[in-house]
Amino acid sequence: MTDQAFVTIKNAAKSFGALQVLKDINLTVERGQIVAIIGPSGSGKSTLLRAINELDPLTSGEVWLEGVQVNKTLPHRQYEAHVNQVRQDIGMVFQHFNLFPHLTVRGNITLAPRMLKGLSEDEANKLAEEQLAKVGLAEKIDEYPSRLSGGQKQRVAIARALAMKPKVMLFDEATSALDPELVEEVNLVMKQLAEEHMTMIIVTHEMDFAASVCDRVLFMDQGVVVEEGPPSVIFENPQEERTRNFLRKHLSR
Amino acid sequence: MDIELILRVYPFFLQAALVTVQLSVLTCILGLICGAIGAFMRLSRLVPLRWFGAVYVSLFRGTPALIQVFILYFGGPQVGINLDAFTAGTIALGVNIGAYMTETIRGAILSVDKGQTEAARTLGMSKGETMRKVVLPQAARMMIRPLGVNINALIKGTALLAPISVIELTQTAQRFIGSTYKPFEMFLLAGILYMLFIYAVGLGINWLDRKARIS
Repeated sequence: MTDQAFVTIKNAAKSFGALQVLKDINLTVERGQIVAIIGPSGSGKSTLLRAINELDPLTSGEVWLEGVQVNKTLPHRQYEAHVNQVRQDIGMVFQHFNLFPHLTVRGNITLAPRMLKGLSEDEANKLAEEQLAKVGLAEKIDEYPSRLSGGQKQRVAIARALAMKPKVMLFDEATSALDPELVEEVNLVMKQLAEEHMTMIIVTHEMDFAASVCDRVLFMDQGVVVEEGPPSVIFENPQEERTRNFLRKHLSR
Repeated sequence: MDIELILRVYPFFLQAALVTVQLSVLTCILGLICGAIGAFMRLSRLVPLRWFGAVYVSLFRGTPALIQVFILYFGGPQVGINLDAFTAGTIALGVNIGAYMTETIRGAILSVDKGQTEAARTLGMSKGETMRKVVLPQAARMMIRPLGVNINALIKGTALLAPISVIELTQTAQRFIGSTYKPFEMFLLAGILYMLFIYAVGLGINWLDRKARIS
């Protein structure tokens, strides 16, 4: 582990019964780095992402965030308390947004900061306004999610995650469920985060976006990292046959 | 049809209807309490609690409510439980409908999209916080209608207390048949009162459901 290592995954393995979905994966992400994980569906890339914040705990291996082991083995109560604490530092954005439909945009953003960080109503409102302005949706603060477009929902979901002031952001196919014309507005927000040097790990099917924003690209297939490197190498000069096959299918579209 | 007789006896029926309303309200409250506890047992992380919840549901849904009423009221004294008919009946019916409500509440909680829990947990909220602030508010809306079905059933179920001599509607009808030999009129009168009560409750459920949907 170098000094710079921020997120470290060591010998990660995961099985669902007899099915091994992750096999001995190692990954180091430095502070401010943006890493894309690409690969065919079923390759384990979402599972790896969801292992980072213990949504899908690993069967074996370690996940570290800034010197703290995320997947510690602890008695149930202590484990829950520990996980609740570290998750506050790990923002996550889902394919299907998962906004809380019974709360307004403001309620979605302020719920966790008020409850977990003890912000006052005024502080939380100010935070919501800031985060919404950042994703360009200040005027939607009192709308319910059902009144928003898919792209707007995802931007609110990003604002909600950012309101916890996370150290790292995980994106699980954040634009896969969007109509094509709505993808760009979400990509723009992510690019803006990249410019602010937010550490990000992005599972995506969008090769153009990965190529333009990311510092490093991981190609996964059948539970292993087949190849990794800067986007220029992965996309223009991949060394592995499997990577070439995958990219041929995806770049020709 | 003997209208004159109906006009003569209906005040007694109204009084009995009031008892039916009381029974229904108390049974409903007890049922909701049992249902909430039962649902949380069935959804618990702890195996013994889950098991206990499952046994509760299958036991009380798997036997006739009438038998449950009889066991508590007639069988109770044998094991030192001496309750008057009203109390025994309310408890038996409440615990019985609670088993159905357990499944209603559990079903509504499970029908909330898993992504909701994931999003809340990812923000760092605990299981309890997630349940209270994210899952339950959504599940509550979804359980209004099915709980209405349970409540409808429990109102009609209070007629099962006639055999243990709780002076509710059905028992009152039977009593007046004994003295008037006019079963058609007496049961019709009881039936109309049941219908009015159930209709009013139905309107209340609809109103609640609409209100929950709008907000």
